[in-house]
Amino acid sequence: MADVILKAAGLGIAFGGLNALSKFNAEIREGELVGLIGPNGAGKTTVFNLFTGVYQPTAGEFFLFGHRMNGKKTHELVDAGIARTFQNIRLFKKMTVLENVMISFTSRLKYGLLNSLFRTGSYWQEEEGGRLRAMQLLSAFNLQDKADMIAESLPYGQQRKLEIARALATNAKMLLLDEPAAGMNPTETSELLECINNIRREFSITILLIEHDMSLVMRICERIIVLDYGEIIAEGGPEEISHDPKVIAAYLGE
Amino acid sequence: MTKREQSLSGLIVGIIGLCVVCLALYAADAAGILNDYYRGIIVQCLFTIVLVTSLNLTIGFLGQIALGHAGFMAIGAYTSALVTKLMGNAIKAGTMMPVAPLVQFFIGLLCGALMAALFGLLLGIPALRLRGDYLAIITLGFGEIIRVVIQNLKFAGGRGLAQGQAGQALIGIMKMDNLYILFWIVALCVGLMFAFIRSKYGRAIVAIREDDIATGSVGVNNTFYKVLTFSLSALFAGVAGVLFAHRGLNTISHNDFSFLKSTEFVIMVVLGGMGSLTGSVIAAISLSILPEMLRSFANYRMLVYSVLLVIIMIFRPIGLCGKYEFSLLRVIRKGIALASPPHKQSPSKGGI
Repeated sequence: MADVILKAAGLGIAFGGLNALSKFNAEIREGELVGLIGPNGAGKTTVFNLFTGVYQPTAGEFFLFGHRMNGKKTHELVDAGIARTFQNIRLFKKMTVLENVMISFTSRLKYGLLNSLFRTGSYWQEEEGGRLRAMQLLSAFNLQDKADMIAESLPYGQQRKLEIARALATNAKMLLLDEPAAGMNPTETSELLECINNIRREFSITILLIEHDMSLVMRICERIIVLDYGEIIAEGGPEEISHDPKVIAAYLGE
Repeated sequence: MTKREQSLSGLIVGIIGLCVVCLALYAADAAGILNDYYRGIIVQCLFTIVLVTSLNLTIGFLGQIALGHAGFMAIGAYTSALVTKLMGNAIKAGTMMPVAPLVQFFIGLLCGALMAALFGLLLGIPALRLRGDYLAIITLGFGEIIRVVIQNLKFAGGRGLAQGQAGQALIGIMKMDNLYILFWIVALCVGLMFAFIRSKYGRAIVAIREDDIATGSVGVNNTFYKVLTFSLSALFAGVAGVLFAHRGLNTISHNDFSFLKSTEFVIMVVLGGMGSLTGSVIAAISLSILPEMLRSFANYRMLVYSVLLVIIMIFRPIGLCGKYEFSLLRVIRKGIALASPPHKQSPSKGGI
């Protein structure tokens, strides 16, 4: 069996007296595509916020590649190999498509302040190298022709793709996608599906995704975790989940 | 042409452009047009340019409102003034090997700039955790603290902290008003700031301004880049302070660095365009000259100045330049393209 990449053990967070998430246990193995679903307010995005250091857990712990990650800052978690996208797209709207991707290289471009102030050789070398890598990545998403466009002028579907490209540019091994198909029409959704399948193949990446579009979840997820009121109520394959009485009750009411 | 060659030719053309300006200054000087009054205004323009561009790093590019920039300027001014003064005294007393005044000045410049950067770092680490209004208030408080402390420091012209007495000016400061040297120092400072914003650092801080949650999520250490930029901004404000202290009037006083000064610089940044160093340079020059030109209005000049600002803000809220940056090379290229006949048109255009 493949190695466990991300592991949560009894992870929980309480805001004041409210338990937004409790006893969250999960193991995600290399190469898997796991779906995280649940009704609105079930705590799905909270899980992402915990895994990316936006919130600090008040209970339990989580591990990335076997290292305990509690208390790490967002950028440290990114360096450790976990990156995310957002429910409401958070691109750098006024910057170009290329720059959006280049931002992800910031900590990996090996030149210092003096190199950039005096434009030494390593500045040019690293910048050019970064630009090439960014272009490669963009072409994997079919965005190479849009490199010099301002990000906010891209069509909606491509903005979503760019956000995924930007997350991948961090060299992440584990990708958290927060409702990637939100607000998309059926054509855009199927394009996105294809895109996700492509990047899984090309970048050998593990994905955890939150989604409300059940058809998408059922089509691509190998395993699904269902949350309700901050607790896992079911876990298993798509077929199993779609017949689980607890899940049906949570979604449709009793 | 690669980016590097392009940038290099841009640099060369830029330097040639600066040389032309410098020659024009020299010609005006030789022709005897430059009297002390004009020289004073030019020096004021020069240090204001460094100050406003440095403040634009924080306000325009990093997107954090800082209202205490005069404080950093004061630190640079007092540190360098004291350093050059002590060195002067030591040389006179024979306890120190005599050095050229220029060397003396540059040592003062370095000390002033580094001291300001150090304070920028010390203030930035706690203050940049906050945003917007809170940061504005903290920096405002910091600027005032610096001013009040300086006012009371014995060696800076005050009567000592324990006396709690309003201080006097620090006098007997060395003079360094050689326009050409100042001009090139300013050109270098602005050039370095350009290089900074066109590197991964500049890219990162603009991204932080756009969306700091997103920058964190792609691995940018927000705090580091914010504090770095803030310190760099303070460093150049320190340089401006050094130029100010040695402008040839022999004296600086805590009143020169009041809160009003800080606001004036913020106004210049906003007027020039937040996120445009070119705009800052233009605003610094014009708002240094404008009050002088309005002298004939006597008492009404501050009123005219304010009304002008209001009008500009209504009709052009992004500032004079927005985010535009001037490039001499680009202008020349455009000029050549306009002058030469369009012989390389794509064939499809006239294909029918």
